Amino acid sequence: MNQLLAALDWLLDPARYSGPGGIPMRLAEHLGYTALGVVLAAVVAIPLGLLVGHTGRGRGLAVAASGAARALPTLGLVTLFALLVGIGLLAPTLAFVILAIPSLLAGAYSACEAVDPRTVDAARAQGMTEMQVLTRVELPLGMPLVITGIRAATLQVISTAMLAAYVGNGGLGRFIFLGLKTQDYPQMLAGSLLVIALALVLDGALLLVQALTRPRGAVPAG
Amino acid sequence: MIRFESVQKRYPGGTVAVEDFSCTIPSHTATVLVGSSGSGKTTLLRMINRMVDPSAGRVLIDDQDVATTDKVALRRSIGYVMQASGLLPHRTVQDNVATVPMLTGTPKREARAAALDLLETVGLDRGLATRYPSQLSGGQQQRVGVARALASDPNILLMDEPFGAVDPIVRGELQTELLRLQSELGKTIVFVTHDIDEAFLIGDQVVILRPGGEVAQAGTAEEILAAPADDFVERFIGADRGRRALRLEERDGTRIVVDGTGRAAGVLQAAEGDPAVPDGPAKDRA
Amino acid sequence: MSWVLGNLDVIGGHAGAHLLQALPAIVLAFVLALPVAKLAGRLGVLRGGISTAAALMYAIPSLPLFIVLPIVLGTSIRSMVNVIVALTLYGLALMVPAAIDAFRSVDGDVLRAATAQGYGPVARFWAVELPLAGPVLLAGLRVVVVSTVSLVTVGGVLGVPSLGMLFVDGFQRGITAEILAGIVLTAAIALALDGLLVLAGRALMPWASAGKAPAEPSPAGAPDPAAAAAGGAA
Repeated sequence: MNQLLAALDWLLDPARYSGPGGIPMRLAEHLGYTALGVVLAAVVAIPLGLLVGHTGRGRGLAVAASGAARALPTLGLVTLFALLVGIGLLAPTLAFVILAIPSLLAGAYSACEAVDPRTVDAARAQGMTEMQVLTRVELPLGMPLVITGIRAATLQVISTAMLAAYVGNGGLGRFIFLGLKTQDYPQMLAGSLLVIALALVLDGALLLVQALTRPRGAVPAG
Repeated sequence: MIRFESVQKRYPGGTVAVEDFSCTIPSHTATVLVGSSGSGKTTLLRMINRMVDPSAGRVLIDDQDVATTDKVALRRSIGYVMQASGLLPHRTVQDNVATVPMLTGTPKREARAAALDLLETVGLDRGLATRYPSQLSGGQQQRVGVARALASDPNILLMDEPFGAVDPIVRGELQTELLRLQSELGKTIVFVTHDIDEAFLIGDQVVILRPGGEVAQAGTAEEILAAPADDFVERFIGADRGRRALRLEERDGTRIVVDGTGRAAGVLQAAEGDPAVPDGPAKDRA
Repeated sequence: MSWVLGNLDVIGGHAGAHLLQALPAIVLAFVLALPVAKLAGRLGVLRGGISTAAALMYAIPSLPLFIVLPIVLGTSIRSMVNVIVALTLYGLALMVPAAIDAFRSVDGDVLRAATAQGYGPVARFWAVELPLAGPVLLAGLRVVVVSTVSLVTVGGVLGVPSLGMLFVDGFQRGITAEILAGIVLTAAIALALDGLLVLAGRALMPWASAGKAPAEPSPAGAPDPAAAAAGGAA
C-alpha cells in the first residue's frame, strides 16, 4: 500500500506536468502513436476486410493470416524492427501497423458475414449494385463488428506503443522503463496506472461510438 | 410475356438444378411454379431477374433476352417478394418500401409519400410507416415486402414462397389480399410454392415440376384436376389418395361432402340460382 | 543461425520457462471460465457485470498489470506466479464471454428433451450440455492459447524468464538472430498448441467436424466464431 501511496504522490507532483518529459507530453506522444498506427492499419485492413467479407474470396487466406499474425509476440516485433530499421518513428510504426491489421481485418470481414444472407440477397434482388449492397446494407448492419475490430486494434497499439519506449521511443512507457532502470517502483507503478487509464478511457470512448453507430431497428449483431 | 427457352442450370461440381425447361408465361396473369424441394422452381424464378444466369438456353421478357440487359436495371424494373420478407432491418417500413424508387433517383420526399399510399394498398395502417421491420408481425412484414415490390410499379412480380413462413390463418388472409390486388393491378405474376392448394388458388396457369425442373403438367387448376397427366401429378395433387374425388353423403340430415377416403371435406351449400342443389335439408324433408 | 546453434541450451531453458507460465494460465482460465459462465447464464443479473469486468480486464495492457499485480498478491515483480495470475486473468477475460456464448449456443429444446428422457441436472451437464457447447468453447480456447503464449514474452522486460528474454538480450546485444529465434519459437509454440487443440477437438467432437449434409449451393457460409473474436492485447 505504501508503494501505491508513493505512486500517487509521484502522479500528483506538479513538476511532472511540464516540460518535454512531463506527463502531458508523454500522453500526447502515446495518443499520437496510437492514432498513427490505427489509422494507417485501418486504411489498409478495413477496405480489404470488407472486400473479403463481401465477395467471400480470399476468406481462408484472411482468416489464416490474421490468426497467424496474432501468434506474433509484440515485444519481439518491436525489438526486431528497432534493430533492423534503427531509432526513429518508422520502426515502431511498422510494428503498430502489422499488429493492428489482424483485428481490423477480422472485424471488417466478420461484419459482412454477420449480416443475414437473405437480407443481402433481397437487397441485390431489388436492384442494388454490389457497391450499394456493401455501403447501404452490409456496412451499416455490420458497423458494430467493424468497431469491435477498431477497439481491439487500438488496445493492441496502446500496448505496443508502451513497449516501444523500451527501444527508445517516447510515450507513457518511458516512465515504466525509467523506473525499472532506476529501481523506482513507485514511478513504474504510476506509469502503469497512466497507461491503464488511457486504455480504459479510449476503449470506453470507442464503446460509446459503437453504441451510437449501432443500426436502429436491428437485432444486435455483435 | 416471359418465355423460357430450353434453359438449363448446372452448378460447378455437377449439381443440376434445371435440366431442360421451356415455358411461356402470358402477361397480366398469375403463373405458379409448384414442386417439391429440388424441383428447381426457385432457380427458374431467379433466372427472370438474373439473380441466376442459366448455363444454357435463354429467358426472354417481351422477346428480349434478359442476358443482354443490365442486371441492376432489370432487377429494379421487376418486383421481388421472398419468403423471409428480406426487409432491411435498419430501415423503417416506409424507407424499405421506398428503396427502389430512391435507388432510381426519385426524390426522397416523393418516394416516401408514395410508400405511404402503397402501405394502404397492401392493407397496412399508415401508422406502421415509422416502425422497424423487427417491430412487425410476420404477416405484416410480408405485406411490406409486397408493397416494396410494387413500389416501382413493375410489370412483373416475382414471388418466391412469399407466404411460406406465416401461420395458416394469416396465409389465407394474404392469399385473399393478393387475389384482390391482382384483380386491380393485373401484373404478370410468377409465383413459386410447394403447396398445391395455394397454386390452384393463385394461379391462372399452374406448372407442376418434377425434380430437375421437368414440367410434369401445365394448365389451369380445372384442367389439371380433371385430367392429371400421370401418376406423379396424381400423387402431387393428392388425387391418388382420393383427396380430389369428392362425393355427397347425407349424415344426420346434413349434406356432407366426403373425399375418396371417406373423410368429411365440407358441407354442400346451394350455389346462387342453381336449382339442382336444394337450400337446406330441413326444407327438403318437409 | 550460428547464434541459435551455439545457444540451444539457453533457448531450451527459456522455452521451458515459457511453457511453465503459459500452460497453467491456459488451463486455469479454461477451468475457471466454465463455472463463471454457467453462473452468468443462470443469473441474468450477473451477466452484465461479468461481461463488463471481462471487457475492462481485456482492455488493460499486460505490462502495467504485471507491475500493479504484486501490490495485491504480495509477490515479487519478477515472480512467475505473478505472471501466471496475470495471464489467467487475461485468459478469463477472453474465455468467459466465449463460454457464455458457448452455453447459449446449445439448443434449449435438446436440453429439455434430455431432461424429459430422465437425465438429472449433473448428468445432463456432462453428457449433453458440455459436449454440445464444445465447438464454441474450443474456438474460444484457441484464441486464449495463441494470445497467452504471445503475452508471456512481455515478462521478459521485467526479467521474468521466458522466450521474451531472447528479445531483451538480443536487442541489448544487437543480435538479430536471437530476436528472430524468439519470434519464430513463440509463434511456433502458439501454433503447435493451437494445432493440438484442433486435433483434440476432432477426436472428442467428431460430429462438429463431420461434413454437413449436402445442400443447395448457398451464397455465404456460416460465420466462423474464432474469426469473429478479436485479437489479444499485448
